[in-house]
Amino acid sequence: MPMHQRMFDPTPQRLHSSEPPLLQTVELTKRYGDFIANDSIDIEIRPREIHALLGENGAGKSTLVKAIYGLIQPSAGEIRWHGEPIVLSGPSDARSRGIGMVFQHFSLFDNLTVAENVALGLDGKEPFKDMSARLEQVSKTYGLPLDPRREVWQLSVGERQRIEIVRALMQDPKFLILDEPTAVLTPQEADQLFIVLERLKAEGRAILYISHKLDEVKRLCDTATILRGGRKIETCNPQRETAASLARMMVGGEIKQVRAASGRKTTVPRLVVNDLSLAPAEAHGVRLEHISFELKGGEILGIAGVAGNGQDELFAALSGERLSKHSGTVVIEGIAAGHLSITQRRKLGAAFVPEERLGHGTAPRMKLSENALLTGHAASGMVRHGFIDTAATLKTVDRATETFDVRKAKRDPEAASLSGGNLQKFIVGREILRNPAVLVVSQPTWGVDAGAAAIIRQALLDLATAGAAVLVTSQDLDELAEIADRIAVMFHGRLSAPLAASEASREKLGLLMGGSSLEPKEATHAVGA
Amino acid sequence: MELVEAIILAVLAASTPLLIAATGELVTERSGVLNLGVEGMMIVGAACGFAGAWLTGSTFIGALFGIVAGTLVSLIFALMTLGLAVNQVATGLALTILGIGLSGLIGAGFVGERITPAVHLAIPGLTEIPLIGRVLFGEDGFVYFSVALIVGVWWFLHRTRAGLILRACGDNHVSAHALGYPVLRIRTFAVMFGGACAGLAGAYLPLAYTPFFIPGMTAGRGWIALALVVFSSWRPGRLVVGAYLFGAVTILQLHAQGWGVGIPSQFMSALPYLATVIVLVLLSRARTGGSSAPAALGTVFVPDR
Repeated sequence: MPMHQRMFDPTPQRLHSSEPPLLQTVELTKRYGDFIANDSIDIEIRPREIHALLGENGAGKSTLVKAIYGLIQPSAGEIRWHGEPIVLSGPSDARSRGIGMVFQHFSLFDNLTVAENVALGLDGKEPFKDMSARLEQVSKTYGLPLDPRREVWQLSVGERQRIEIVRALMQDPKFLILDEPTAVLTPQEADQLFIVLERLKAEGRAILYISHKLDEVKRLCDTATILRGGRKIETCNPQRETAASLARMMVGGEIKQVRAASGRKTTVPRLVVNDLSLAPAEAHGVRLEHISFELKGGEILGIAGVAGNGQDELFAALSGERLSKHSGTVVIEGIAAGHLSITQRRKLGAAFVPEERLGHGTAPRMKLSENALLTGHAASGMVRHGFIDTAATLKTVDRATETFDVRKAKRDPEAASLSGGNLQKFIVGREILRNPAVLVVSQPTWGVDAGAAAIIRQALLDLATAGAAVLVTSQDLDELAEIADRIAVMFHGRLSAPLAASEASREKLGLLMGGSSLEPKEATHAVGA
Repeated sequence: MELVEAIILAVLAASTPLLIAATGELVTERSGVLNLGVEGMMIVGAACGFAGAWLTGSTFIGALFGIVAGTLVSLIFALMTLGLAVNQVATGLALTILGIGLSGLIGAGFVGERITPAVHLAIPGLTEIPLIGRVLFGEDGFVYFSVALIVGVWWFLHRTRAGLILRACGDNHVSAHALGYPVLRIRTFAVMFGGACAGLAGAYLPLAYTPFFIPGMTAGRGWIALALVVFSSWRPGRLVVGAYLFGAVTILQLHAQGWGVGIPSQFMSALPYLATVIVLVLLSRARTGGSSAPAALGTVFVPDR
């Protein structure tokens, strides 16, 4: 308990601390040209502490940990290790001092074996055979089973993360940095990870845990430091905060409560799907079976469901990436469009935002203006007599930037250079600025921070208020409850009858997502059993 | 009997430059760099190698000249593609064009001159053994060196830590950088090694294969070496097999003409490339995931600092 009290009040902590900080940054600053990624950041991490680093995309979390891991040199300020100022010449220097890191985007080599991957993260003084043996031992000790001889490309995402963690543990680090480790894990895999982390903490190690899942941070972390716009905002005890208060500090002010304009009126049907069935395009795809629904202007229909139940196939059928045999299966603005191409559907007033931002929603290595052209060429006056109107494409970028608060380094950067949240704001913005009559959007806020998510959801609501029909596919039930008027559930390629949002309780949706029916008889059965 | 021995000797001689040049390119490509300038580096190595031997009268010094010349030409490539992050394919092609011109300039004064060819090993009692004697104990130094070179490269790539790091750079330069390895420096050394080997392979031609220099004497061997690396699916063991196979095809093509076999010689010349295409198809069908080519091959890397 005294530990917690100390951490709750950071100022006197420095004066009478019994346990000195293991790692400390003092006024650490990193500039890239005129851009200040980290502005005089002070942070202290003690042994036996899981310290959360919270912040929105672009807040400076990655820059800070890169400096602590020696990947970049700070422009000013210092890093102290056991109270002594140190200059890290590189990651291997950091590792030799006892600083380990588990990367968010795995730093693995697909064509090398597990053992080779681990060896590359060590200093190489140990013979390879001894290292392999120790690898098996460490992975067993921590309950992270791995076969050292397998090549990485054969492994699942969870197994790949295990390699990263074991690789870091092999160096017996005193201080371990984890960059959004649960972003790619299933809830079960995440629970296993938390057990490992608790154990590392009990062994006296310190952990810096980067995340923007606030419930996770509240559950796991002893201390939290919040960054915003490159500055430190606060160090606090997350157990004494609410998710809302943490989010407030991250975003800077209240996260705008998403609000629907009262008295939204539904108008004519703008997107109608009639008995749509479609064989899967791939061997492991899902067959769409007899999907029907009607979506009026001014209405948001949410589609819930566990991933891989046909949502991707439905998106492809609606967007025109796959055509149906019968033109009447998809009707946009009263016109049978099942046989029409993507461009023709866009000309009818439809717009589409796929789940995958890079590679599907945008061409990663093309500029934002070029990406604006790629979906806007058909119906937005960006092409004149066969020539691109560069000014018009740039104007679209500027408008999206302004309206949706897209943060980027220059006016027209490559799509891949934007962070996930900012790119998603741009993609959604790009489509909304075309004033679509129908918007089909898949996982609009997947992997996006709270502030950007609120902006995107508000934009979808505003679009519906303006009279458009909006179809949102999402696995996030809270999101659907917040914005949708009706919610339907996809299961094994079939779509349930939509429920009014007011009646769609978590329990009901959960049953539908598990494939149960909502017929009263069967529901009683399920409870009885 | 004598004919068989003669054919084997000819195949060894024809294969050795392919083996040396391809070994160098294998290391370069394993580090993630695609240097299409092998032909250019080879031909400059040939001109400089001949010049060195003609000036000093020593085959050994001639070979050193070839190695240094090949390395210097490869440094131009390294400066462009690693230092300035220019497209590797374009730079490699330009390097070949440059090399052909440069070798003509250097070698212009030497056309028509003759040098003493490289001495062959002679061990009394062993070299005279019929059939295998001259093959095993009567070759020039290049042949023995080329075998030692590929064995050494295999050992380096698969048994040493430095080799593992080099392969890691070729697989994923972003990860290698994140782990703190100097990707560009490692790649520069790999490119230089490739240049040195290409230079030596080029020098072999006027120093041992034919004891004089003619412009354009590499005659596409650099391109065959490139195809050979793909044929070997970037593995030293298969590279040896491929090099002798490709060498045999070139010799067979000469003999086939002599015997009056009705296969057009152009078809025989095309065989190595055809074999490479077939191997590529087989490879892509055999493996379901991962890739045999270094994953970062030919991609530009700019570290963030």
